Amino acid sequence: MTMKFHFEVPGDDFTRAGEASGELKLKLKRLGFSADVVRRMTIAMYEGEINMAIHAGGGVADVEILPDRITAVLTDNGPGIPDIEQAMKEGWSTAPDNIRSLGFGAGMGLPNIKKYTDMLDIKSVVGKGTTLTMTVLAK
Amino acid sequence: MDRFFHSVTLDKDLCVGCTNCIKRCPTQAIRVRGGKAQIISERCIDCGECVRVCPHHAKKARHDSLDMLENYEYNIALPAPTLYGQFNRLDDIDFVLNGLKALGFDDIFEVSRAAEIVSDATRQLLADGKLKMPVISSACPAVVRLIRVRFPDLCDHVLPLASPMEVAAGLAREAAIKKTGLSSDKIGIFFISPCAAKVTDVRVPIGIEKSNVDGVLSISDIYPRLVGYMNKLEQVEPIANTGIIGVGWSSIGGEAAGLLNENHLAADGIGNVIKVLEELEDEKLQELDFIELNACAGGCVGGIFTAENGYVARARIQRLRKYLPVSCNRLEDAGGLNRLQWTRPLEFAPVMTLADKVEDAMRLMGKIDEIAEGLPKLDCGSCGAPTCRALAEDIVWGVARDTDCIFLMRRQIQDIANQLSQLEGSVTSEHAAEPHLPK
Repeated sequence: MTMKFHFEVPGDDFTRAGEASGELKLKLKRLGFSADVVRRMTIAMYEGEINMAIHAGGGVADVEILPDRITAVLTDNGPGIPDIEQAMKEGWSTAPDNIRSLGFGAGMGLPNIKKYTDMLDIKSVVGKGTTLTMTVLAK
Repeated sequence: MDRFFHSVTLDKDLCVGCTNCIKRCPTQAIRVRGGKAQIISERCIDCGECVRVCPHHAKKARHDSLDMLENYEYNIALPAPTLYGQFNRLDDIDFVLNGLKALGFDDIFEVSRAAEIVSDATRQLLADGKLKMPVISSACPAVVRLIRVRFPDLCDHVLPLASPMEVAAGLAREAAIKKTGLSSDKIGIFFISPCAAKVTDVRVPIGIEKSNVDGVLSISDIYPRLVGYMNKLEQVEPIANTGIIGVGWSSIGGEAAGLLNENHLAADGIGNVIKVLEELEDEKLQELDFIELNACAGGCVGGIFTAENGYVARARIQRLRKYLPVSCNRLEDAGGLNRLQWTRPLEFAPVMTLADKVEDAMRLMGKIDEIAEGLPKLDCGSCGAPTCRALAEDIVWGVARDTDCIFLMRRQIQDIANQLSQLEGSVTSEHAAEPHLPK
């Protein structure tokens, strides 16, 4: 049994980033996933959304829910990540100052996603975009 | 005790079946069925929003009456500090406390005294560093109940200490037994409350086995008689023994200020409280030490049992505070932390979960999504559910039908009308071949 949800993450208004993870959180809670699973998936999804809004001008999130796992695929057509290894380091950020002044861009986005998920795959082509596939196991 | 007892209740005769309350309920706990509102008991958190918003005064909150004093030989009033903000030109709290005595109470124990003890205990617990951070205040019973039904991950962040009302009740009872020699059941302890959720909190407490409070009186209910007695006072004996910290608990930010630690957040109004809890749950507020949340706008001064506008009450209490010392009560006065600590943990009550097993819940959500897709997404409330999605859920549970939606109903009538007119067209054309009947 699977459930699929599609979310559009806007790039022009990133005060709206977080809507998709908020909606997903509500669904996961109602489906009765454990508090730990709900928290990890929501935070990872939120970080991914914020990344797309800040760096890539928005994107889409496709979430697949199975009883034993939740997978989100976040796809954008942004600038891509030249050095994924460096981007995975805590504190590394290319966010501009106006974003940092809002409290974002601390360089914890990808490291947090890695920390909270059970599986993470990053595919990125410079100039083309990035696809993040993240999975949280439920059992 | 009835696990689902609620102070908030409905007067069916006054309810006209409008949609005001269903739209305002933060846990979607109300439906209009058969033209009358119904409360889904296990979801209600007694926040009182529906009581506030009902234009027909059909939503009410139960409380006890002064007649109950006759059941006891010795009665003690526990006034909430909000009470002090209800009077114009008051500059001495003792007028209120002496007024309460004239009203029929044998003794007074200010809840603000106990609030200072709870503040002291919280300061010590925070200093010990054994609590899960950030700590969420447990003072607002509606907020604690909201966390219990909606925020499983936050249950162990809630401060595991008895409320000032409970601490006051315990200390007052002990002192009265010592002073009068009466047995406990002959002593009546009455909280003078701005808050409907406290009525529930006394009947079905959280964190403790049994409340020490015997009755909860509404401030607005006793107000006219109390003012009468206060105006006739000939002499005023000194009773008040509270400082700025204790009295400050009546408004939002007061409890947090009592921690003497600037690293806190205070939010009021149930909508704002939910937003903060969502952020807390997503670990976005990890840098804070303490979160004070009050379901009512302005804090307890905004409670539904008050007689005066909450902001006016707040301004008056602010004025009263300037004659007070910072604090007059300490944890040692209550006999230490053990006396205050919860004996039962706050446990998540998954009333919003669709089914016990994820597989079953997924099946149900699939059906809900399918039905919701066909609804107009106007969230008008005319069907009696607060949103189209809530109606879809009710349909899946078998407690509502798609024709409860007036837009779907109109579409169906339209379809039937179209079919009829098509049918009529075909019937007329068949008849057209027949000779006309003579007139």
